[in-house]
Amino acid sequence: MYVAVKGGERAIENAHRLLANARRGDQSVTEVTLDQISEQLGLAVDRVMSEGSLYDRELAALAIKQARGDLIEAIFLVRAFRATLPRFGTSEPVDTGAMRVQRRVSATFKDIPGGQILGPTFDYTHRLLDPSLAEGFVPEVPAAAEASTAPTPRVTDILGRDGLIESSPEAEDGAAVGDLTREPLNFPADRDLRLQNLARGDEGFLLAMGYSTQRGYGRNHPFVGEIRFGEVEVEFAAEDVGFAVPLGAIELTECQMVNQFKGSATEAPCFTRGYGLAFGQSERKTMSMALVDRALRARELGEEALAPAQDEEFVMSHSDNVQATGFVEHLKLPHYVDFQSELGLLRKLRQEFAEANAPDAMKEAAE
Amino acid sequence: MTTIAELPPGFADKVLSAQSTFRSVMDAMARPGSVQRIVPMAGAPGVMMRGTAAIALTLFDHDTPLWLDARMAESSDVTKWLKFHTGAPVVQDSSVASFALISDGGALPALERFALGTSEYPDRSTTVIIQVDSLSSGRSFELRGPGIDGVAALHASIKPFDLFERLRMNEALFPRGIDVVLVADDAVVAIPRTTRVVSKGS
Amino acid sequence: MNAPAYNFAYLDEQTKRMIRRAILKAIAIPGYQVPFASREMPMPYGWGTGGVQVTAAILGPQDVLKVIDQGSDDTTNAISIRKFFAKTAGVATTTATDEATVIQTRHRIPETALHANQVLVYQVPIPEPLRFLEPRETETRRMHALAEYGLMHVKLYEDIARFGHIATAYAYPVKVNARYVMDPSPTPKFDNPKMDNCPALQLFGAGREKRIYAIPPYTQVVSLDFEDHPFEPYRFNAPCALCGAENSYLDEIVTDDKGGRMFVCSDTDYCEGRQAAGHHGSLSAAPYKEKAGSHG
Repeated sequence: MYVAVKGGERAIENAHRLLANARRGDQSVTEVTLDQISEQLGLAVDRVMSEGSLYDRELAALAIKQARGDLIEAIFLVRAFRATLPRFGTSEPVDTGAMRVQRRVSATFKDIPGGQILGPTFDYTHRLLDPSLAEGFVPEVPAAAEASTAPTPRVTDILGRDGLIESSPEAEDGAAVGDLTREPLNFPADRDLRLQNLARGDEGFLLAMGYSTQRGYGRNHPFVGEIRFGEVEVEFAAEDVGFAVPLGAIELTECQMVNQFKGSATEAPCFTRGYGLAFGQSERKTMSMALVDRALRARELGEEALAPAQDEEFVMSHSDNVQATGFVEHLKLPHYVDFQSELGLLRKLRQEFAEANAPDAMKEAAE
Repeated sequence: MTTIAELPPGFADKVLSAQSTFRSVMDAMARPGSVQRIVPMAGAPGVMMRGTAAIALTLFDHDTPLWLDARMAESSDVTKWLKFHTGAPVVQDSSVASFALISDGGALPALERFALGTSEYPDRSTTVIIQVDSLSSGRSFELRGPGIDGVAALHASIKPFDLFERLRMNEALFPRGIDVVLVADDAVVAIPRTTRVVSKGS
Repeated sequence: MNAPAYNFAYLDEQTKRMIRRAILKAIAIPGYQVPFASREMPMPYGWGTGGVQVTAAILGPQDVLKVIDQGSDDTTNAISIRKFFAKTAGVATTTATDEATVIQTRHRIPETALHANQVLVYQVPIPEPLRFLEPRETETRRMHALAEYGLMHVKLYEDIARFGHIATAYAYPVKVNARYVMDPSPTPKFDNPKMDNCPALQLFGAGREKRIYAIPPYTQVVSLDFEDHPFEPYRFNAPCALCGAENSYLDEIVTDDKGGRMFVCSDTDYCEGRQAAGHHGSLSAAPYKEKAGSHG
């Protein structure tokens, strides 16, 4: 007697209990706290906030803990929560020129107004495993100067003053900013939607795409005009109040790439821009994003779009890791109904093949 | 002048009333010519029928530009009520409207003036909601098309009298076209762009 | 912490309005894929988020919901989705096709004929039937606009040239209301004829690809074919081993590693209903004896 598979409900419940236990691990080991994740795995929290599109360190830390450190799973948790939040409106554009910078480097000028500020960075660390970090590590106190009041104008603004770089495209007054989480994406997409897509895009995917442009698949001669990381104020203009209300400060990383110049008979040559912006300290992400943003501007700048990174439909349709992981992983769901249909067809084709070839085989054997 | 506090109320239970109203409209659209009832009661301002009011509360919001015919637009109760309960922006240009509300069918503008969609995006078209006298008595019409098992009979008293003649443009335009929702008090009938109507006289 | 609180049927009202508007346009333009701003759902993309959003937008407290995956109410993903709605919408659920008012499905259409008071909601992974011929949305959209489906016929004909048959066994393309070529979702082609002139409303949700489409009741749905190579539904030629049905779609069960196979109905509700009505297959004749034997 054959009994069809049942008891899926109990199996699911027990799988959840197994997961909860695996997540907790050996219970004689102290449980990790959200503060610890937020403070000591800060870059993971930054990435989850960026690609999860939600600036909330505590929720991102919770998501990382719940996801057992699987960052794409954590991003998914944050996105699913974000999707249920009511929307009050759009903030005023943040002014990254007024950022309280903790780190700021330019590759295009030796010195810049406000100075180069190395800040907290892996750059120039020697990548040697450090056993002293294994436990009880107390870092040395860093040298701290008085916070400088010197302004730190953006390098691209300095270049822009002389017309050496194209002006940053400005939206028309009152034009609504696109939001691909609220409206279905159509192609061709404008730059606001492209940038939103890239900001939410998978860091690894953007890294590979950006890298491919450097290797010649849509090369765009990038120079890091500037990378800056620090705090900016967010303001919200409430219609009924009549003025902008400060909501608080958030940490951002901004990368402004200075790229291949353009020009024509009617237009003086000037450098072009690629832009990257992310929550928290996310330099690899913002640099990759700026490379891909510039590559995706091929159409707008009259360049031939031949490389993968220049193909907006390809890039925007595959950049989202929550979509990608869902569809790749859905292959483990049962597909036996369609497989059965395919199997039936294949058996029929094989039978016909065998019948068609059988006389030949017998003939050969006889010869 | 009416203050917001004096405006007729919206749904008592927003979530379940919207769901129930939607199902009536969905069934109407899926079965053209069938008369569906809208059960949940909301207040209805001025010249707006209660069925229309329920549909507005169910489908309109900031993302749906709305065109009002003169009789609707002239009623400050209607415009205030719509703004307060739905937030839908009222537009003057009917060709960008997601929905149009018609209270005076006799003055229905040429249908070409509404959004007809494009060949690539035929869904970007206006749904025209027309208030009519009756969806249970009046002239009889024979309807055919998707959603109809053979032929559906509709008895209705409708203005403009030549509405179905005008809707014949949908035949040539398809997949572009206009979808119409007829409302009489709490009764709803939908005539999507695929429905072909033959008048059978009185 | 901002402790989450969720709405009836999970989705917020603004999202439901947006999906409801898309559903109405989908019904008005049979077979046309309406773009919609699909939301992130609390289950992964590719696991039914489109179907779940459509169901959440139409479901009310008076509904009775059935969820199947591969024809079965008991597959893990079907259970998971059914529990989601039982929890977030408090609706009654059933496994009986007849009793359901809303049926969400992945990969099958029930064997029991649907009736006019039902809505069948399909989960769709790739809604674009032309996608595997032309990966670009801008191109496929143009092809639909012009009803330019020659490429699809060329592909089917190349199959015939190479294999002697149309080599598509599931997600077999159909033409709806003599206009749009449509992907029926990865149902076996056995199910295609059930879509034609069906009394129930059929809605299709593709969450990751952000598309909703529909077949209104009593609408013509034709599987693409050629005069000299007509469409043929496929079914393994055997009765169900449990209920003896000779006209239902069958799952192949591998019983050992020596070539042992058995075939049973994929639609578990249909199969159980037939067994309850006294129909038997070759393997269901004497279950109690065997059980007694195993104790002895």
